[in-house]
Amino acid sequence: MSEIKEKVVSIIVDKLGVDAADVTPEKSFTNDLGADSLDTVELIMEFEKEFNVSIPDDQTEKISTVGDAIKYIEENYKA
Amino acid sequence: MDVKRVVVTGIGAVTPIGNSVPQYWESLCSGVNGAATITRFDISKFKTNTACEVKNFDPFNYFDKKEVKKLDLYAQYGIVAADEAISDAGISREDTNFDEVGVIFSSGIGGISSFFEEVKSHCEGDGVPRFSPFIIPKLLPDITAGHISIKYGFRGPNFAIVSACASSANSIIEGFHYIQYGKFPVMIVGGAEAAICPISIGSFEAMRAISPRKDNTASRPFDAERDGFVMGEGAGCLVLEELDHAMARGAKIYGEIIGCGSSADAYHITAPHNEGYGAYLCMMRALQDGGIKPNMIDHINTHGTSTPSGDISEVLAIMKTFGDHSYKISINAGKSMTGHLLGGAGAIEAISTVLAVKNDVVPPTINHFKDDDNIDPKLDFTFWKAKKRTVNYALSNAFGFGGHDASILFKKFV
Repeated sequence: MSEIKEKVVSIIVDKLGVDAADVTPEKSFTNDLGADSLDTVELIMEFEKEFNVSIPDDQTEKISTVGDAIKYIEENYKA
Repeated sequence: MDVKRVVVTGIGAVTPIGNSVPQYWESLCSGVNGAATITRFDISKFKTNTACEVKNFDPFNYFDKKEVKKLDLYAQYGIVAADEAISDAGISREDTNFDEVGVIFSSGIGGISSFFEEVKSHCEGDGVPRFSPFIIPKLLPDITAGHISIKYGFRGPNFAIVSACASSANSIIEGFHYIQYGKFPVMIVGGAEAAICPISIGSFEAMRAISPRKDNTASRPFDAERDGFVMGEGAGCLVLEELDHAMARGAKIYGEIIGCGSSADAYHITAPHNEGYGAYLCMMRALQDGGIKPNMIDHINTHGTSTPSGDISEVLAIMKTFGDHSYKISINAGKSMTGHLLGGAGAIEAISTVLAVKNDVVPPTINHFKDDDNIDPKLDFTFWKAKKRTVNYALSNAFGFGGHDASILFKKFV
């Protein structure tokens, strides 16, 4: 697993209180991992903070699964 | 007007001297001192170093990880106290329509430490607004009422009352009225506070309200050398129930609330009225509301915070209300043991008062070393040792900054 994937998973585990084993790319934050709308906002904020990226509102609507988040960060993260 | 009778059928508490009602009551009666050096943050630069913190409270015993992050400590205390009270009352969907259960649950300040940490992290950051979407629901003083309703599905009235250190007493009074007037059969009432953090300790110090005494005897209500309150934290919750509803489901009954009084000092934002006029008015109103004479009162659980002016004004109010009967009343100040729970104080002290009425025991006022020449020596403050005596009628007082006064009148249920 890439470093980005690992960090994304650990943020999701921390914020949503789920098991790391359940955090697989196809999982939807709201439908599978028990997030409500506020949880989703918080997750996006944590990704922004951790990876020093800015995720515009029109993009956040498109990030609904673990895989979406990893893909977006991989494409936009500048180490 | 024909009014309903209101009884207490469930109680719950998280306090600096016990994290459940049985522990709290046992500590109260044996005079346990809840004060110690503050552990929550570096207190070295403050005048005081003492508070009554809740001990051995592990939120993970009560909430999952995700919930803990979304709940300020004050709300955690409140929900735990409510869980105990609701389970103690034993209401279920079989005997109670949960759509008709209300929750009025208060806090004086709400999630002030969460607010403080969030502001601090913003100020120390790069200016980009990265505020948690949970910070507002963590700091709102009414949110505990919301959490309790969500957890149980209670769909009666739901809100908080804020009247500083009288907040949870006013919640009890409001819940009492809802039942008395036949609007709802069961009301979950009380309040919580968790304000042992730099901004609130420092601000109360700036007002000269907190004792600068650096030892665990700082909370000494009615003592000659009292010099301010000691901050406490925790929560209290009572299940109030319409008598016939309680009888129909065979509930155990701790005691009856027969009257309540509230008033304002109309005097100063933080100082109490110099003659205790507002306190006198609210006690008189409670007695009139309950239809009893002053000479029937056996016990008063005072607001007694250990501030120089607050304690004396309450004494003057008691003397004005009860005259010579004052000497026959067993008076106490639980804050000598628990510290001042601010918005939670009225609720934990109402619990102490209803248990005094049920058990015929008046808990003591500890930390008494020197009599105050300005206080009539014939008054009985139940110093140091709990007193076994008949308690048929008792008052519980709570006063708050802003000049809010509240008094609740309990009667033994027989």
